[in-house]
Amino acid sequence: MTEKTRSENAFSLRRRELLAGMASIPMMSMLGGPVRAQDYPTAEVNTTGLAVTDDTVTVGILHSVTGTMAISETGSVQAEKLAIKQINEMGGVLGRKIEFIQEDGASDWPTFAEKAKKLLVNDKVASVMGCWTSASRKAVLPVFEQYNGMLFYPTFYEGLEESPNVIYTGQEATQQIIAGLDWVAKEKGAKSFYLLGSDYIWPRTSNKIARKHIEEHLGAKVVGEEYYPLGHTQFNSVINKIKLKKPDVIYAIVVGGSNVAFYKQLKAAGIDMTKEKPVLLTISVTEDEILGIGGENIVGAYACMKYFQSLDNPNNEAFVAAFKEMWGDDIVIGDVTQAAYLGPWLWKLAVEKAGSFDIDKIKAALPGIEFDKAPEGYVKVHENHHLWSKTRVGRARDDGQYDLVYETADLVEPDPFPEGYQ
Amino acid sequence: MFADYSWSELGSIFAMQGFAGLILFSVFVLMALGLAIIFGQMGVINMAHGEFMILGAYVTYLCSNFFSTYLPALFGIYFFVAMILAFFASGALGALVEWGLIRHLYKRPLDTLLATWGLSLILQQAYRSIFGAREVGVSLPSWLLGSWPLTDLIEIPINGLFVMSLTFLIAVGVYFLMFRSRLGMQTRAVVQNRVMAGAVGINTERVDRMTFAIGCGIAGVAGSAFTMIGSTGPTAGQLYIVDTFLIVVFGGAASLLGTIASAFTISQAQSTMEFFLSGSMAKVLTLLTVVGILMLRPEGLFSLKIRR
Repeated sequence: MTEKTRSENAFSLRRRELLAGMASIPMMSMLGGPVRAQDYPTAEVNTTGLAVTDDTVTVGILHSVTGTMAISETGSVQAEKLAIKQINEMGGVLGRKIEFIQEDGASDWPTFAEKAKKLLVNDKVASVMGCWTSASRKAVLPVFEQYNGMLFYPTFYEGLEESPNVIYTGQEATQQIIAGLDWVAKEKGAKSFYLLGSDYIWPRTSNKIARKHIEEHLGAKVVGEEYYPLGHTQFNSVINKIKLKKPDVIYAIVVGGSNVAFYKQLKAAGIDMTKEKPVLLTISVTEDEILGIGGENIVGAYACMKYFQSLDNPNNEAFVAAFKEMWGDDIVIGDVTQAAYLGPWLWKLAVEKAGSFDIDKIKAALPGIEFDKAPEGYVKVHENHHLWSKTRVGRARDDGQYDLVYETADLVEPDPFPEGYQ
Repeated sequence: MFADYSWSELGSIFAMQGFAGLILFSVFVLMALGLAIIFGQMGVINMAHGEFMILGAYVTYLCSNFFSTYLPALFGIYFFVAMILAFFASGALGALVEWGLIRHLYKRPLDTLLATWGLSLILQQAYRSIFGAREVGVSLPSWLLGSWPLTDLIEIPINGLFVMSLTFLIAVGVYFLMFRSRLGMQTRAVVQNRVMAGAVGINTERVDRMTFAIGCGIAGVAGSAFTMIGSTGPTAGQLYIVDTFLIVVFGGAASLLGTIASAFTISQAQSTMEFFLSGSMAKVLTLLTVVGILMLRPEGLFSLKIRR
């Protein structure tokens, strides 16, 4: 079923792309200097009544700045505001300055849906950067599809979704899991794994993929799999179990406040991650989380992400410097924050490629967009609206940063519906 | 279930699990003592209890920053200073809240539920505005970190021992306060019969304020201690509130001894089941058992026999 719709889409996309491309040929030939708004008359670049004027274009930012998720989403808001500021300094999008309307999802999924509707229907925003949890994304998805909006979603997530109205700038599950497991099996000779997670869809789906990969592709053994309710604060029993089973790798996908409790108690129970065994590999602890956990409690653990603040490349140096200048020297930047930063840039590139703010033309333009100024290096939008990106493994230092120990040689293809892993 | 393990391993399992259960027990008692005083003795349903705990945690965070910046030589003992300050900070806020909010609601106990729920939201947002939405990391003196190895398998976490002894001290303190001091006697008199207590010359308003403040102060100390094992963030208090009410209600709201017995039962049941089942299932079974027992004994494990 999906195969057919996908190929149809691809065809119509190509046709639209062609039309859009032809439309922009005369303009391109006039270019050379900075893009001027008068080269793109508002009536032509905005045929669907979006909030675009002769010198501004309005986008929406929709994250939780209050409630329990504010802890995670704050970084994304900061990154998106930085990207918008930088784009404006470079002359904006099609000569128009980006203005933003920020709405607060308040960590409440129905509120997210309501605010998304407000942004799309009342404010007519040209795109929305937002959401963090899968639950909030699922809540706004019908709104974006009904009112034909464009959402840039930054978080690494469990996959199993592909909407024409969403660009997923974070990794889907296979991008985050498989390369990391391959690495730990090869480099550390890992033969036995203990899977552990918070009890909701992302850790469960991720561990399902991890288990399949461990058992079927690596020929190793899963000696335990456990889930704890969100917000659980007592991990002594599971730590005892881990000590008895003596796995080579503890694969942990614990989130939120539980994270802090888990690592503090692991350390207190005498599991020293700076030693050779056991290896602790996590996909849920970014630099942001370490702030709460405390570097001394997690030093030596490995994390599998696509971005670390410590990445050594010119794009990232510029990004980190700009981020600190805007938000203060003490700030840390985690994987999701970087992915959120990509949202406005990818949208800008798509608008310029399409020569229009119209959602349908942007949708057509997005697959194939390349962004080589990304702090993580170079990314490219896949047909399935996820990003091609590298998988990296870092080792936690006691100052709360990661040292890069491994990265895939090539970009990893996003595969939100992995065959044989479900 | 047991076949995977050798006899010596089984011995270690029971030792380690017993100890894990004891730590959980101390944590539960510490969480619940403050609420047992407020809810049990005064009948105030304090939904903001978790936020009073987190105030203590933030005080500890500020203390640890202060000591590491200005008095690095004394960093090893800052935790004791922090706990005392946490007691007074939470206690003072408690007294303020009692004066501004709770005392107007004594005749409408169910309304205290809504009022303190609102208070908890206000406090959460206040923490978020003051300290930022992100969790803060509280650095501990090095002697509190790590563990003390008994055998290859059995290792005793030092912070666990610390929480256990702290709980013991506070429980003894509360016992003397409630059953051996003048204030305790007055509190119990006010609980049993407010009008009569007032008639014999007890200043019931003052007793209420002191009781509430002490309950909140103990919550602050608990929060301070929990920086060793849990997270410190604006909403971290919510992680504890359900367990806390569970223990107080299960133990019989008006009985401090009941609170301790209930904390012991629940913690042992939960940590044993967590070992043999998964974490989520252990929680479900614990809650089911508690619900079952409460259906048979609606007053909880221990109930005061007084004529109302």
